[in-house]
Amino acid sequence: MGASFGRGAATGFQQDLANADCIVIEGSNMAECHPVGFQWVMEAKARGATVIHIDPRFTRTSAVADQHVPIRSGSDIAFLGGLINYVLQGGHDFREYVVAYTNASVLVSDDFQDTEDLDGLFSGYDPDKRSYDTKTWQLAHRRPPAGSPAGAEKASAGYQHGSGGASPGFDGDYEMDPTLEDPRCVYQVLKRHFARYTPEMVERTCGIPEDQFRKVAEALVANSGPERTSAFVYSVGWTHHTVGVQYIRTASILQLLLGNMGRPGGGIMALRGHASIQGSTDIPTLYNLLPGYLTMPTAGRDNNLRAYIDDQIGQAGFWGHLDAYIVSLLKAYWGDAATPENDFGFDWLPAVNGDHSTYQSVLGMIDGTVKGYFIVGENPATGTANGKLQRMGLANLDWLVVRDFNEIESAAFWHDSPEIESGELRTEDIGTEVFLMPAAAHTEKDGSFTNTQRLLQWHNKAVEPEGDTRSDLWFYFHLGRIIRDKLAASTDPRDIPVRNVTWDYPTEGQWDDPSAEAVLREINGFSLIDDPDSSHGGGKVPVSSYTELKADGSTSSGCWIYAGVYADGVNQANRRKPGSEQSWVAPEWGWAWPSNRRILYNRASARPDGTPWSERKKYVWWDEDAGKWTGLDVPDFVATMRPDHPGDPDGPPEQRLPGTAPFIMQQDGLGWLYAPNGLTDGPLPTHYEPHESPVANPLYGVQSSPLRQVFDRKWNWSNPPVNAGYPYVFCTYRLTEHHTAGGMSRGLPYLSELQPEFFCEVSPELAAERNLVHGEYATIITARSAIEARVMVTDRVTPLRLGDRTVHQIGLPYHWGWRGLATGDAANDLLPGVLDSNVHIPEQKVASCDIMPGRRPRGPALVKLVEDHYSKAMDGHPPAHSTDW
Amino acid sequence: MTIIDRGSDGTDLTLQGIGTPRYDREQRVGFFTDTSICIGCKACEVACKEWNDVPADGLNFLARSYDNTGHLSADTWRHVAFVEQPTTDPESARSGVRWLMSSDVCKHCTSAACLEVCPTGALFRTEFETVVVQQDICNGCGYCVSACPFGVIDQRKGDGRVWKCTLCYDRLRGGQTPACAQACPTQSIQFGPLEQLRERAAARIEALHDQGVDDAQLYGDDPGDGVGGFGAFFLLLDKPEVYGLPPDPVSTTRDLRTMFNAATAAAFGLLGIAAATLLGQRRG
Repeated sequence: MGASFGRGAATGFQQDLANADCIVIEGSNMAECHPVGFQWVMEAKARGATVIHIDPRFTRTSAVADQHVPIRSGSDIAFLGGLINYVLQGGHDFREYVVAYTNASVLVSDDFQDTEDLDGLFSGYDPDKRSYDTKTWQLAHRRPPAGSPAGAEKASAGYQHGSGGASPGFDGDYEMDPTLEDPRCVYQVLKRHFARYTPEMVERTCGIPEDQFRKVAEALVANSGPERTSAFVYSVGWTHHTVGVQYIRTASILQLLLGNMGRPGGGIMALRGHASIQGSTDIPTLYNLLPGYLTMPTAGRDNNLRAYIDDQIGQAGFWGHLDAYIVSLLKAYWGDAATPENDFGFDWLPAVNGDHSTYQSVLGMIDGTVKGYFIVGENPATGTANGKLQRMGLANLDWLVVRDFNEIESAAFWHDSPEIESGELRTEDIGTEVFLMPAAAHTEKDGSFTNTQRLLQWHNKAVEPEGDTRSDLWFYFHLGRIIRDKLAASTDPRDIPVRNVTWDYPTEGQWDDPSAEAVLREINGFSLIDDPDSSHGGGKVPVSSYTELKADGSTSSGCWIYAGVYADGVNQANRRKPGSEQSWVAPEWGWAWPSNRRILYNRASARPDGTPWSERKKYVWWDEDAGKWTGLDVPDFVATMRPDHPGDPDGPPEQRLPGTAPFIMQQDGLGWLYAPNGLTDGPLPTHYEPHESPVANPLYGVQSSPLRQVFDRKWNWSNPPVNAGYPYVFCTYRLTEHHTAGGMSRGLPYLSELQPEFFCEVSPELAAERNLVHGEYATIITARSAIEARVMVTDRVTPLRLGDRTVHQIGLPYHWGWRGLATGDAANDLLPGVLDSNVHIPEQKVASCDIMPGRRPRGPALVKLVEDHYSKAMDGHPPAHSTDW
Repeated sequence: MTIIDRGSDGTDLTLQGIGTPRYDREQRVGFFTDTSICIGCKACEVACKEWNDVPADGLNFLARSYDNTGHLSADTWRHVAFVEQPTTDPESARSGVRWLMSSDVCKHCTSAACLEVCPTGALFRTEFETVVVQQDICNGCGYCVSACPFGVIDQRKGDGRVWKCTLCYDRLRGGQTPACAQACPTQSIQFGPLEQLRERAAARIEALHDQGVDDAQLYGDDPGDGVGGFGAFFLLLDKPEVYGLPPDPVSTTRDLRTMFNAATAAAFGLLGIAAATLLGQRRG
């Protein structure tokens, strides 16, 4: 979504789903995985909305939807592409919106060649490097970009701005055709690109009968336009694919064409996997991001602050103030030690010199290059694709810190993992020193959660943690304090960043917990110029918005998009005004980034002239008398910019955009139907088969995403595609009763008894084909492992007809592991580590497998079974490089 | 009398999960479980056990859809049933299957046989007209177990006493909503004064019928039924039998008086015949 709209976050809020006239839930099992937010879907349904659930299985979400459409796992781009084709061929797009607010009218470079021309590849593909040179993807400039350091070649950096949209790449001065008839304009390029995504092709690719497809298309079109809006809801069912980012791009294109972005009851609701995952990307745990979606400096390129800023700064829109954001961050990190003379300590930041994502780190452990590891709030030994690979990595560390409530599998692998049982590991051979640190629960600490809709909600400590359990803040603060004490006398230059970091949080309570509010204040940021008259007693005054941040070192902010959460010296995240005492938007409940906006890009809820599209869907509009934007929400726009503002090329960055450009984080202020920058694997989404698929790509000669990251090596071999040894599709997912990999639920009797055992869901037809007996056991096998599960034969899983063949799918909830009360094999052990090229997320939602009745063998026989099955599938050939497939 | 929170525009906030239902002491309260919006999350089961300290009752994989609880018992006071059936409705685009979910609970009958047969007075009717077991009085005789027409009340193994839903009597006395209704994310379980719930249910069933959900029906809302109406009634999407509920429950004590009278009459009749026979013999 970053590449399409400018910010990689849910565009609305769950309560607003109640205003939708149609809700399409796809890649999400919202009723089971987000039951509390689902009440607003039920509310919409009660008000007459059509609820459509598109999912491989009939789930508890499907049970209450108006329509359930079974789909083959991994074929969503074909389905959504079909919807785009339906909209474009039928002229159902919201034309006034599309012309004004998207880049439909912009002309694409003559040199661009589409997947139509190259049988599944875009122009610029380098088969040796397995990457694209994106020069030919660029838009047609009227004149060459004038002296800007921003150039097309940088676009290959790919998707890093979760909030910031695409990397800057052009200056906004390009050729356009508002009639949308020029064959080179984005609209026509789009039309040609998706022309082959016909209803028949959707049926052959996804297994969705034409009448069901048409029913969805008609509902969406009928419920979009000035008077009506439709919303999309997705979750990890879309992100966990080798083309996950492009799934979301496809939905973004569709929602832009239908004019549903920035409007009440519209948008794309990205449901995050668990509590504060949004927060952990805003203030990231990712190796290549700094807080607020600033990119981590690249070694050899960003040699000083100036080079970094020149490299990243936007030519127009709010990324044009990136210099203020990064300098304020450096001031928050290093306080008085950060001065203009020393580049505000820019040199003290680490610089990225390669891919250090999770999988690379795990492979590094196996190879002995990664020596230590922290696992906090995760259980990769069962919760991440290819559990064996994870466990083999953990077993080859020098030290490992695990912070959790229990001795989870990731802490216990050295004495009771499946590899100990199979004889592949022996406890006495494992050198990893494990530090298991008991963690406090959220009830035992102050802090905030940033939920799925960018909303920060504060929680207060109810009781002190008992025994040795401590909060995460306590752990990191005191760890940092002790390290700093040890380095106090160091003269080694590499210790300067740690010695200079501001680490002066006040502590409180029985255990000397650092004040969580002090941390929030630091994140919010301050004006550092003393103001003796201020109500805060002089000194540092909290900033109230990111627009107050400065590039001269006179402000600090630990995360610029959170600036305002402590406006007026008040913890805005702790606001709890009841819904009954404010409007339905509830702006005084908690605080949402940015600037407490609840629907992003809400300028688009008004016509170009600033009046609402309709009375029914009015939200934010231009008030001529007051000379500003007003409405139900904080306008996501320069508040006083007139709708007829022409765009001032010499003004400050945000003034360079016209008053009709709602996507204020984008260089051109437009929603990107076509993304010339920001994506590694194509400016438009294209259906590629999953890495492991029993189906040959019906659309193109290229089978799978050419850019997907594969690691062909021991313990991570791939099932060959379209192979009789692995004829079935499986999909992993969650149940309401358990929490992700089970670390928080499998130890609790009340939850464990509700879903005590690992099971697999199969159709009666597959059960008959493989002699599976309901309630008995089955063994599921891939090139990585074989696991056993109780058999649940159910009509909720449907064999899919793809033209003249049938595809069977198997459902596997992934909550189990070998520890706790409710134990069972881990579904993630079956998966390969294969990643999306943009965000390095593994393909955890689809792979191929075989299934047979009965329990799996124990001990070394298990390894032999897996190897023999693989060898047979490969017809005796040695493991091949899966990129050749 | 204001019994619900209303927003400034008059909307019923309790329906939106915002307001706190208000009720008076000595006013009959209960549950309206609207299964048409149940998503089978089982939050009610867990919240009930947490609040009432009901023991866990074992890790049993039942292979009955997503139901691993089975039925209401001494250790399960809310039970979510999962009814998975193929459907032949050609209009249904639901993969030829339907999945009904329903959270079952003690019905708190108007005419409660369990209470009526209890010899110790352990079962009593509260000021909210709910039916509650007093654990310090129950002697574990088990008469109530066979008396309940729904199989709700049950003896706890290793304890002997009977246990069931109290409609969170302790929470009611503190002015709180029962735990299950409080935890329900979709307002499928609604709590409040019974009369108000019946009005709400009537409106809801009408709305569903208007939407073409013809099989939707209320279960236990009629004071004229065999148990005098439920204090905890339901909106079902099919016949009660589909959910494993008795279609026409009758209090097992309802006919006791007529049965007793008939038996007495029969006894007197038999005595009369015997006496006549004896007299006849003497005469003979």
